[in-house]
Amino acid sequence: MSRIGQCFAQLRAQGRKALIPYVTAGDPQPDVTVPLLHAMVAAGADIVELGVPFSDPMADGPVIQRASERALAHHVSLRDVLGMVREFRRRDDVTPVVLMGYLNPVEMMGYEEFAQAAQAAGVDGVLTVDLPPEEAAGLVDALRSRQLDPIFLIAPTSTLERIERICANASGFVYYVSLKGVTGAATLDVASVAARLAQIREVTSLPVGVGFGIRDAESAARVAAIADAVVVGSALVKTVEAGAGRPQEIAGHLRLQLGEMRAAMDNAVADAVTHRLRGN
Amino acid sequence: MSKQTSQTAAAPYAGQLLPDASGHFGPYGGRFVAETLMAPLEELRLAYERFRGDAAFLQELDDDLRQYVGRPSPLYHAARWSARLGGAQVWLKREDLNHTGAHKINNTIGQALLARRMGKTRIIAETGAGQHGVATATVAARLGLECVVYMGAVDIERQAANVFRMKLLGATVVPVTSGSKTLKDALNEAMRDWVTNIDNTFYIIGTVAGPHPYPAMVRDFQAIIGREAREQILRQAGRLPDALVACVGGGSNAIGLFYPFLNDDGVVLYGVEAAGAGLESGQHAAPLCAGRPGVLHGNRTYLMEDDDGQIIETHSISAGLDYPGVGPEHAWLKDSGRANYVAITDDEALQAFHDLTRIEGIIPALESSHALAYVTKLAPRLDRDKIVIVNLSGRGDKDIHTVATREGIRL
Repeated sequence: MSRIGQCFAQLRAQGRKALIPYVTAGDPQPDVTVPLLHAMVAAGADIVELGVPFSDPMADGPVIQRASERALAHHVSLRDVLGMVREFRRRDDVTPVVLMGYLNPVEMMGYEEFAQAAQAAGVDGVLTVDLPPEEAAGLVDALRSRQLDPIFLIAPTSTLERIERICANASGFVYYVSLKGVTGAATLDVASVAARLAQIREVTSLPVGVGFGIRDAESAARVAAIADAVVVGSALVKTVEAGAGRPQEIAGHLRLQLGEMRAAMDNAVADAVTHRLRGN
Repeated sequence: MSKQTSQTAAAPYAGQLLPDASGHFGPYGGRFVAETLMAPLEELRLAYERFRGDAAFLQELDDDLRQYVGRPSPLYHAARWSARLGGAQVWLKREDLNHTGAHKINNTIGQALLARRMGKTRIIAETGAGQHGVATATVAARLGLECVVYMGAVDIERQAANVFRMKLLGATVVPVTSGSKTLKDALNEAMRDWVTNIDNTFYIIGTVAGPHPYPAMVRDFQAIIGREAREQILRQAGRLPDALVACVGGGSNAIGLFYPFLNDDGVVLYGVEAAGAGLESGQHAAPLCAGRPGVLHGNRTYLMEDDDGQIIETHSISAGLDYPGVGPEHAWLKDSGRANYVAITDDEALQAFHDLTRIEGIIPALESSHALAYVTKLAPRLDRDKIVIVNLSGRGDKDIHTVATREGIRL
């Protein structure tokens, strides 16, 4: 079983939900990324998602766009990002790492070479935002042959037929985009997300994560009550941005922010269990 | 056939319909977008498939092109300029005479009519030089649709007159301050708007790029250029041309001219990219001549990119050619050998701008001036009985400030 599969199996056994924080690699400068990853794990992250900077992040809102720009000002490349994962793995051989980015840097490296290098570095899953399953056969094969999980997005606009197709290509987990929009957009509607998750679960037994629009402990807790994983990106990247002037302090801020989310999620899940046990 | 070696390969289109069902032109094109956009793109494809064969829709489009745009545009024999060049006879397809002054409106009319039939009440567009933005704001005004145009902050500064035109037409112009603050970033921002407002919004892309079905749909709306030119040259000169020449940024005016001639094996096609300060300088906008295949803005095509796969900034005196990608059908026409792609520098384009103005009394757009400049190289190599058609895709009024500034003249 992959690290991601093991992680979810373990969480399920413990009756907990996965917290998946996102930061952009190299933001605000390359040397802080690995310490940030360790700090996030220490604060309760189950899986870490590392953004690969791209010049044209079409699916991202202004917060993550600026993170990409800060990283690219330091010329952080896909190879550099893999180097950061390799460094992270020296001290952490357990926490799954998912790369999230756009297709073109992967195309430039070549699917085979990328999959091999990602596996060697210790990457576990790859989410390519602008690669729908229709175009994904080549990359999915390359990833699978290296035991890497291809992670795909499911959107509010996805038809049932598309959800089936996406889940047939995915492994590790699937990522439900909670709203129509870009990352960091408006607040999410938990009731409609819950209805969609029920639909998705009829199609797949893969864990379902929810992201886009989770901004604080309260929204993380509400999503944790219905999803298998909570993905938090822009809210954390804002913290990174605010600390860009004093990068050595960012880890402390992130730890605090994530710690609150972790506690709220665990309480929410525990409450839900108590609620069920009381027979309501 | 002439002093010029024919570079025509077997027409790739004979007997096959491109793009294929999933939007591919060989390895290019396709649909590379985030999942949220897959459903609206499919909705658009289905609507377009339905209306492209709908007699009432086509009649309405045809009426608008005649009565509102002023089509057909003339095919004009530039006899004095041809004589100066001392070779082939040069004919100009006068898209500069269209309403709003360029070919762009052929496409915006078509997409806006489609938007209305799909029940969309809000139109968005990206623009570089402002020509597509003006053409979109124009049709939105006429149909009474809300219109939002995304434009790079750098371009807004360079093209103040077009910004004011769009505002006069009732459009909201949104400055884009991310990335390089130019056309590619405006396109990113328009996509972000679309993904957020897909229920009521129609995104009118201005060129033959973007995810399927845009490259095919925009081509089909622009193909009126080539259909008219083919009919006109047969009537006016009694035979097909020997070559077609058009500038290529995203490539919509070029595809529009080329497409109806693709199966005419004897017609050699030349797409002219912007070489900026020269291909060897790296300061250019010529992905077909000097770029590599990659994925950007929803399709696989030739791109200007660095070794890490990051998109790099482009340079051209012509804002309309200042784009790091190119329509995927051009990528396929290049690889298949059906079309030839060349590049013209800023200086060469400026020279052609002045030549045509002084010799024929026509001020061409700087974009079109790239095509004209290539003709000054091509025509003298061909015999006098050869025919070259150039797409004069736009008029140059919008560029007089750029030309004056470049030449140190204050207006």
